[in-house]
Amino acid sequence: MDLRFGDSKPTDEERDAVDALLGPPESAWEGADDRSDADLRWARGGRAARDRRDLLLPGLHALNDRVGWISEGGLDYLCRRLTVPPAEAYGVATFYSMFSLKPRERTVVRVCTDLACAVRGAVPSAERGGAVAGVTVEDSPCLGLCERAPAVLTIRAGAPGAPPRTPNRRSAPRPQAPDGLSPAHPAPAEISARPAFEDEAEGRRGEAVPQAGDPALILLRRVGVVDPASLDDYRAHGGYTALRRAFALGPAAVIREVTDAGLVGRGGAAFPTGRKWQATAAQPDHPHYLVCNADESEPGTFKDRVLMEGDPYALVESMTIAAYAVGARHGYLYLRGEYPRARRTLEHAIGEARARGLLGEDILGQGFSFDIEIRRGAGAYICGEETALFNSIEGYRGEPRSKPPFPVEKGLFGKPTAENNVETLVNVLPVLTLGAAAYAAIGTPKSTGPKLFCVSGAVSRPGLYELPFGATLGDLLGLAGTPDTLRAILLGGAAGGFVRPDELDIPLTFEGTREAGTTLGSGVVLAIDDSVPLPRLLLRVAEFFRDESCGQCVPCRVGTVRQEEALHRIADRRGAAAAADIALLRDVGRAMRDASICGLGQAAWNAVESAIDRLGAYA
Amino acid sequence: MTAIPLQPPRRLVEFTLDGEPVRVPEGGTVLDACRAAGKDVPTLCEGDTLKPKNACRVCVVEVEGARTLAPACSRRAEPGMEVRTDTERTRHSRRLVLELLASSVDLSTTPRVAAWLKEYEAEPDRFGPDAARLGESPRVDNDLYVRDYDKCILCYKCVDACGEQWQNSFAISVVGRGFDARIAVEHDAPLTDSACVYCGNCVEVCPTGALSFKSEFDMRAAGTWDEAAQTRTTTVCAYCGVGCNLTLHVQDNEIVKVTSPHDSPVTHGNLCIKGRFGYQHVQNRD
Ligand code: SF4
Ligand code: SF4
Ligand code: SF4
Ligand code: FES
Repeated sequence: MDLRFGDSKPTDEERDAVDALLGPPESAWEGADDRSDADLRWARGGRAARDRRDLLLPGLHALNDRVGWISEGGLDYLCRRLTVPPAEAYGVATFYSMFSLKPRERTVVRVCTDLACAVRGAVPSAERGGAVAGVTVEDSPCLGLCERAPAVLTIRAGAPGAPPRTPNRRSAPRPQAPDGLSPAHPAPAEISARPAFEDEAEGRRGEAVPQAGDPALILLRRVGVVDPASLDDYRAHGGYTALRRAFALGPAAVIREVTDAGLVGRGGAAFPTGRKWQATAAQPDHPHYLVCNADESEPGTFKDRVLMEGDPYALVESMTIAAYAVGARHGYLYLRGEYPRARRTLEHAIGEARARGLLGEDILGQGFSFDIEIRRGAGAYICGEETALFNSIEGYRGEPRSKPPFPVEKGLFGKPTAENNVETLVNVLPVLTLGAAAYAAIGTPKSTGPKLFCVSGAVSRPGLYELPFGATLGDLLGLAGTPDTLRAILLGGAAGGFVRPDELDIPLTFEGTREAGTTLGSGVVLAIDDSVPLPRLLLRVAEFFRDESCGQCVPCRVGTVRQEEALHRIADRRGAAAAADIALLRDVGRAMRDASICGLGQAAWNAVESAIDRLGAYA
Repeated sequence: MTAIPLQPPRRLVEFTLDGEPVRVPEGGTVLDACRAAGKDVPTLCEGDTLKPKNACRVCVVEVEGARTLAPACSRRAEPGMEVRTDTERTRHSRRLVLELLASSVDLSTTPRVAAWLKEYEAEPDRFGPDAARLGESPRVDNDLYVRDYDKCILCYKCVDACGEQWQNSFAISVVGRGFDARIAVEHDAPLTDSACVYCGNCVEVCPTGALSFKSEFDMRAAGTWDEAAQTRTTTVCAYCGVGCNLTLHVQDNEIVKVTSPHDSPVTHGNLCIKGRFGYQHVQNRD
């Protein structure tokens, strides 16, 4: 590789941010100012440096966190340090919506304009108008704060620890600042004035979990009850009994328990977890990796966030068990970039667990070693796709790979990888503490165990609910309090489907929703009343997929654009006036479903189609 | 002395293609089988010297039992699989892919695409006059070749050729996301500010004419480009001792572009700046 770098120089701040991550440069080859004697004799590069390619994304974060954007000089310096071709690094940096390659203010306010927030009155910037000095305001897809919609995320760049510039501080709009952005914004203050300040232990208060404290809860039983910062509190509430049982059983028997329990993935695809683990564990190639997919970005989904913020050790423990079962020594936790507080909670929890011998070498004296590294996403829904997530961690553009080969065979860094989402992993704890049979007795024969539902929109008690599989949609909405004006329910998020208010007897199971011609997806239940016109929500869905398409394949890259255009044309039309465009939507949608590379393109038209067929939109 | 590479005999994989039994060597693709059987499956992002990115999806076929269609160019043949190449479903997706591309990209210099549009009864105009297009203008920033990304279908071939599959220069990348994704050098700078070494290997593999010799670009603009009047002569490059094959495209006694045979065991279609663009030097000296 013959790399050429530009002439732009980093500022001291940028250099400092990168060096804080990578350590000081060892030679002028890496961008040190003075050539040392050693430079004349050797150049670090080649394999050793290329092996650090996976630090590209953390490096981009370091620059963006410090200065608020990524300059030519900053990017160039990072490329020299990592021996990454500048063109590729630029391709990676421009892939993520949380990075800016143009100057912007150090304070960035991201205003969620997605479905749950739209139902609660959020307005896109084009309709909002107004600017605030010193603040860059950007529209954002779902921030995963749907239970407190409408939501905003404030990100402040600066050196870590510098008080006025604490990075990634999440807060509600303050009266003078973001609120003043928008005279037309319908009173966001009252609703989102339930701020999510970083120093306020939400998990303790369990705001997001209306059932908090209910002794019948399994997955959520500690959320809002324990102190998420305290490992002792976690242990006092049953923590680490599952790991002890796992060590007593041995890896093969753990996999058998998980298989017998009937646990399937909760991310949406419902693949049997035991089978995935077995396939990974059986691979002769080494090392094996465990990846926890915490990139929850499906609009309307916030369950992983609540779990991670309210019960972080549960995820640390279940990742340890999973790693033990599949024979992995290294685990990656790929966390959504929009979850700064979950990141802090988890960083703390991982540090504590390490200090107490629950991560690292020889865990609990069992001769098993395992550690967890958090990797931050940077604003790309597609990185929730398992292979796109691998590319993202490896420092490439988050584009899905073609399968086969499947991740259990060639996953992260081309090695056998078990990838599970947060909710799936934490289910492993009750599987081991209750035993497979008792776990399988919960729910229905085909959908076993407890299930989390993210209820948002037009309900009086939005939040994260836990019910055994088999409860009906009506049961759930009864708990959350539905209005009389209920017009539709979106199940499964933007990639899911709409159902009517007269279909509340649909059982919330994989088989029940499938039979009803809809989907459970990731567990989103978004109630829609008549306050927002349906065509506007459908447009938002289309816009979401157009924005989030990685751009790799034609059906999705261009198809999502053509669908959005058609939905714009018929926003105010019905019947015969909309018929031609609906036929067009169907034609495009069918090709997207049939010929797209990954699930994003394949599912992008589901919700709109269901609104047309089931709700009679545009009829 | 010529070394003859010895390869272990490859096993054959047998499967059913449109109801007929076919065989391809192990590791072969459905597309290999289609071509061997004389079936015309359209392809755009597949390239004979590169690993296909399977991004265009124009080659999709139906595999019995699969939920979605499969790209023939990349799907490896498996024993016993049943593949259909010409069903209503495959025709629908191919037609839509062609329509989506033709409605957003200038395909005027993409070989064969006009015939496919006709064959699949594609109507790119159906998306209306306001359908978004790429809207790029040609970038003429060096004397050797032109980047006209209004014609780019994002097949990734140039990126792969410039990167680890051939040139190892990594001068270009896909940047941005979704419909806004484009091929560019860092910071979208002119080529002259990049790591490009002007080997022209990206031009060699570009299937659409988005990348073209400056000579070709200028002649097309002037209306003097006439492929029918051109002769092609393959010779050996004289600049160094490697012995790369060059194909000189000559119109009116002038070399108008230089390619290299993709089946050449030496170059596989790749050249360096001297072989690719040195003809200007030759001609200028005359
Ligand atoms: S379907 Fe969309 S997101 Fe998936 S690979 Fe294709 S363009 Fe990318
Ligand atoms: S001419 Fe060669 S080095 Fe330049 S972009 Fe094309 S392939 Fe890369
Ligand atoms: S410039 Fe040519 S080779 Fe490169 S992606 Fe576009 S069409 Fe493909
Ligand atoms: S030729 Fe097969 S996907 Fe493009």
